[in-house]
Amino acid sequence: MLILECPYCGVRAEETELHGGGEAHLKRFGPGSTDDEFHDYLFMKENPRGVHLERWRHVNGCGKWFHAARCTQTLEVFGTYSAQTTEPPQEIKDKISAKRPGWTWREFKG
Amino acid sequence: MKRYSAFAVAREGLRYHSGWERAWRSPEPKRHYDVIIVGAGGHGLATAYYLGKNFGITNVAVIEKGWLGGGNTGRNTTIIRSNYLQDPSAAIYEKARSLYEDLSQDFNYNIMFSPRGVIMLAQTEHEVRGYKRTAHANALQGVSTEWIEPARVKELVPIINLAGPRYPVLGGLWQERGGTARHDAVAWGYARACSDMGMDIIQQCEVTNVRTENGRVVGVDTTKGAIDCDKLGMVVAGNCSVLSEMAGFRLPVESVALQALVSEPIKPCMDVVVMANTVHGYMSQSDKGEMVIGGGTDGYNNYTQRGSFHHIEETVRALVETFPMVSRLKMLRQWGGIVDVTGDRSPLISKTPVQNCFVNAGWGTGGFKAIPGSGWAMAELMATGHSNLAEEFSMMRFKEGKFIDESVAAGVAH
Repeated sequence: MLILECPYCGVRAEETELHGGGEAHLKRFGPGSTDDEFHDYLFMKENPRGVHLERWRHVNGCGKWFHAARCTQTLEVFGTYSAQTTEPPQEIKDKISAKRPGWTWREFKG
Repeated sequence: MKRYSAFAVAREGLRYHSGWERAWRSPEPKRHYDVIIVGAGGHGLATAYYLGKNFGITNVAVIEKGWLGGGNTGRNTTIIRSNYLQDPSAAIYEKARSLYEDLSQDFNYNIMFSPRGVIMLAQTEHEVRGYKRTAHANALQGVSTEWIEPARVKELVPIINLAGPRYPVLGGLWQERGGTARHDAVAWGYARACSDMGMDIIQQCEVTNVRTENGRVVGVDTTKGAIDCDKLGMVVAGNCSVLSEMAGFRLPVESVALQALVSEPIKPCMDVVVMANTVHGYMSQSDKGEMVIGGGTDGYNNYTQRGSFHHIEETVRALVETFPMVSRLKMLRQWGGIVDVTGDRSPLISKTPVQNCFVNAGWGTGGFKAIPGSGWAMAELMATGHSNLAEEFSMMRFKEGKFIDESVAAGVAH
């Protein structure tokens, strides 16, 4: 069972309290973007086997959105962090690097 | 290859079963093949089979990192149906269903196809309207389905509780010619037939890199060495994103876990397949007597082939309401598989940005029923560069906005 700590209310919530929101740190493209950018934004989701950064919502708790760093191959959780950021904080990057040296995820790396 | 027959059983019975041979060879890879298929599951093996059977291309290797049929082919709930709403879906699933009908004779290998009938229960007014619409669409597509009233549902499924407090059964979409088949046997039958045509099935051989030159594929590196090829088919379901990254392009899929479970074997009590999409549960009884139960997917990316326990609870809870006798059943086993889901819940059978590299993926939660049709279309696409069955399933459809939106049409269970 997946357990994530909500960075806002501090509750260690198991997954029936949570709702997955897909890929984190999306760059949005809309009117004015090229067809390719719009297509990739809508459909080409990150689908790594390994380190993944995603959005979650503490839906049956405080109701807030947050981010989680997780491994899709082992279900290991590296940490959770605020949604009020456009990139994972250094502390999270270090936690991932400690366990997955040389990791990359889109433009981010350890 | 020695043919299986009643005579063969009698012959072997008289000589202590010493004459049976292996159903397929396990050769070392050659340096070069005309076609390499990555993934020896149902879809990969079916692609190889129809390349040989329909197009005479037999210098083919099917490479598998695990064991043959050990992925989603051996992990599904074996339901076969073709009652889809959209024309391209109905065409390919109906092709598959009709090929399933005489696959055993085609292979000389019993896949235990059992056209026992499939009911999709309507438990909300929305579903009633949706399934009536599907029944009309199917009539136009030449797929035999009909809308049935609750009394007929009860007649077909005596163990059902029509007056569920939350979700009463309001009728159903009935496909009499749908059913189940033995999933392992489908993979084994294809493997035996491919091997007999001279194709090499190479198990425990993981692809570590896809080699390209000037935008066209030239081969793969594997744990058993480098192998060259003229054409490459990627048919690896949940791991298709990983493989496509090796070739330098991305696919519009996400990989999530889907689970199933079976009960202890009990006496025959239900001789049709029942799907209840509103409450996310579907059930059939296997020949061994186990109730085979499937549910919904997890809501997050996952490559572990195991899912969350609360989905099992939700699925069983839903079924207990509709089938009260399930509450007295002990569950024997539970397992998960990794399904690759696209934005519109329809598959990809497509050319890719890399020349001579083709992809067959995105079957999501409903791939088993499509195996023969999928292989048929993929083989045609790989051999000739065009397939009418596969045309609408190009990965370009997302850019063009030509979705085949079964996520709305089919509900969730698939």
